[in-house]
Amino acid sequence: MEDNKNTTPQPGLFERGGKLGFLHSTVDAFDTFLRVPGTVTRTGAHVRDAVDLKRIMIIVVIALVPAALFGMWNVGYQHSLATGQDWGLLQNFWFGLLKVLPLYIVAYLVGLGIEFASAQIRNEEVNEGYLVSGMLIPLIVPVDVPLWMLAIAVAFAVLFGKEVFGGTGMNFLNPALLTRAFLFFSYPSKMSGSEVWISLKSGESLVNGATGATPLAFATEGLDAMNNAGVQYSMSAWDMFAGLVPGSVGETSVIAILIGAVILLWTGVASWKIMASSVVGALFVGWLGNVSGATDIPAWYQLIMGGFAFGTVFMATDPVTSAQTECGKWIYGFFVGALCVVVRLFNPGYAEGMMLSILLMNTFAPLIDHYVTSAAISRRAKKVKIA
Amino acid sequence: MSNNIDLKHGLDIPISGKAAQKTRKTVVPDVIAVKPTDFKGFTPRLLVKEGDKVLAGSPVLADKKNPDILVTSPVSGTVAEIVRGEKRKLLAVNIKADSKQEYVDFGVQKVADMSTEDVKALLLKSGLWLSLIQRPYGVVADPAAEPKAIFVSAFTTAPLAPVPEYAFKDEVENIQTGVNVLGKLTKGGVHFSLRSDNYSGTPFHKIENVIQHVFSGKHPAGNVGVQISHISPIMKGDTVWTVPFLLLAAIGKLFNTGKCNLARKVAVTGPKAIEPAYVDALPGINMKDVAEFYDNAAGDIRFISGDVLTGKNVGADGSLGFFDNQVTLIHEGTERELLGWAKPFRFGKFSSSRTYFSWLCPKKNYDMDTNTNGGPRAFVMSDVYSKVLPMDIFPVYLIKACIAGDIDKMEKFGIYEVLPEDLALCEYVDPSKNDIQAIIEKGIDLMIKEMA
Repeated sequence: MEDNKNTTPQPGLFERGGKLGFLHSTVDAFDTFLRVPGTVTRTGAHVRDAVDLKRIMIIVVIALVPAALFGMWNVGYQHSLATGQDWGLLQNFWFGLLKVLPLYIVAYLVGLGIEFASAQIRNEEVNEGYLVSGMLIPLIVPVDVPLWMLAIAVAFAVLFGKEVFGGTGMNFLNPALLTRAFLFFSYPSKMSGSEVWISLKSGESLVNGATGATPLAFATEGLDAMNNAGVQYSMSAWDMFAGLVPGSVGETSVIAILIGAVILLWTGVASWKIMASSVVGALFVGWLGNVSGATDIPAWYQLIMGGFAFGTVFMATDPVTSAQTECGKWIYGFFVGALCVVVRLFNPGYAEGMMLSILLMNTFAPLIDHYVTSAAISRRAKKVKIA
Repeated sequence: MSNNIDLKHGLDIPISGKAAQKTRKTVVPDVIAVKPTDFKGFTPRLLVKEGDKVLAGSPVLADKKNPDILVTSPVSGTVAEIVRGEKRKLLAVNIKADSKQEYVDFGVQKVADMSTEDVKALLLKSGLWLSLIQRPYGVVADPAAEPKAIFVSAFTTAPLAPVPEYAFKDEVENIQTGVNVLGKLTKGGVHFSLRSDNYSGTPFHKIENVIQHVFSGKHPAGNVGVQISHISPIMKGDTVWTVPFLLLAAIGKLFNTGKCNLARKVAVTGPKAIEPAYVDALPGINMKDVAEFYDNAAGDIRFISGDVLTGKNVGADGSLGFFDNQVTLIHEGTERELLGWAKPFRFGKFSSSRTYFSWLCPKKNYDMDTNTNGGPRAFVMSDVYSKVLPMDIFPVYLIKACIAGDIDKMEKFGIYEVLPEDLALCEYVDPSKNDIQAIIEKGIDLMIKEMA
């Protein structure tokens, strides 16, 4: 060390100030992806826990795998049902894989590209947050969404939902949901109605009475409409629970989502308070709807239809954009569930409300936290005064 | 044991290298370092120059703001070297010890007959005033202030910390005297915290003239700051003092014997310590004085004066701090593990989160190293911090207020109640690898500057 004092060390090729220094963050990202960084603690606690954000994010990605695999199979299954072909398990899966894989490639290429570039501009290390966002995005869009649309939506969401605020940890809206919202409002014809939920090529002949409408579309007309729809797939509670219905790629199977939920809750990565209170909120408004006669769909159907389960488990629990205080999590989760069903039952324009309710509660989460912390502080001040 | 306060949140870090309850040697003092940097809020003025003779208890440094506050020498000997750092900042005064130790005689005292002023004067003169730490901010106590109360924690929960029942087994009488001394300094009483699972096993539950509190729970239940927040939280305008148990014994010894004797049992601990055990030593001893406890041929050992959470990295040539009775030796973890974060199992690594499987072996102790196990990130997780902080505050909000330098918010979120050490565990568990103690320290420094 003593010898180097008077000579400026030459920066390496990829180090700051080096020839390719502008790639510093990129190289660092791949380097630390492969090998744990060799950095040691400089100040404060000399030892640190083994967990880091990479570990937490990989757990979420693993939790999403069942929903993704099932989603791929279901894409093929719905296609074969609608076109009347008798496909086996592998055929269905292969069809779905070929459909979903391009979505993944586009989502990751565009999103990670922007993420790397912004990390470089800010001179920070690349945050792992997008690994999860990129895993989520293909699962919450209709499978036939054009890739260029997806690319634009991802770019918008990552840039304006995250990077302008300072990257992962600083954003207040869930980037994956923002992607979906961008698509939903910019290209409504590709994102809603009954044509988009089953993958079909133009000119393919359909079986008699085949439709791409999801159970939610029938649910707006009541339970009878669901039971007597006479479409190519059935809409029993079991079918919706297992996920054998049309919908966004990953949202249909509550079983696959529950496997993910167990992983997230067991590892403590996601908040059980948000999940539980969201279910309570949905059941509560569903029950109100039954009592007031707004619908005859049983309240618990709300939990297995549409994107509720997926949103509750994977989107509402995003630790950055949800409420940060423990008490706030109860309030936040309740309103996510409640508002979702409110949109479903009382808004004729939208069949599904999960995306809107989570985005709305994302914006309100800081306000909830503000009131929770203020209340706790004034309660404490009073207690101290008495004592 | 009346009111047991059970703390649900916390974490005992399972690090290997606990000191066996035996004293392996008595360190004969050679060169002792007196470090003004041990004392927060102390601006040193030199009272000696190289070549001066000093006795144990002679003043070496005085505070520039309040010249009554003195740092005294722990040994008798000759001032060998005055060590300065950048911008001539005074780092240490090295004193070469004589073979025979001579003490300044402050006179044996009868505490009951002494006035508050007498007690203060003696503490200041002997250098033991510096054992009084003032909260908020954790600075040297102001002799002109009268604290609301004085708090002492009679147990510690820090990783591998010395066991008080062993380290202070001969000091019960001194501690009683020390408590009586503190009683003269406040009308609010001396609050004395014990741990519930060892309440009747410890001789310290017989200490009189105290207000007893009993705590149970994991680390940081033994931190005095955490205890204060459950006994009588510090609000704006309050002043309280705390005294480390170690120095309470030294204060008692001063009044009982008339000597400022800082000798203590020091636990040499940590995964890199060979046969970890105790030594009899003085503050300021060099790490080389305990050379039989380690083999640093590879140069990969970090020498910590204190515990792994809050101690100071002093280096192979460093010395033991004034407030420390523990040395921790750990491995510098510069190795790079291939795909470490993605491996399903990492048997050598401990994590308090369930994302790893170390919860399957709750009894196992780990050879921890200094690797950060990840790169720095923005705060993402919200609930991991309060799980290890048994205080009624919002840690992440406080930390963010400190980063922003927002005084109003720091006040609101409890900057008066915490010292960096109280949030050390938050720093340990942080998956975003922020240096939380340094952030809190910066916030406290800003408060001292702005509120003065």
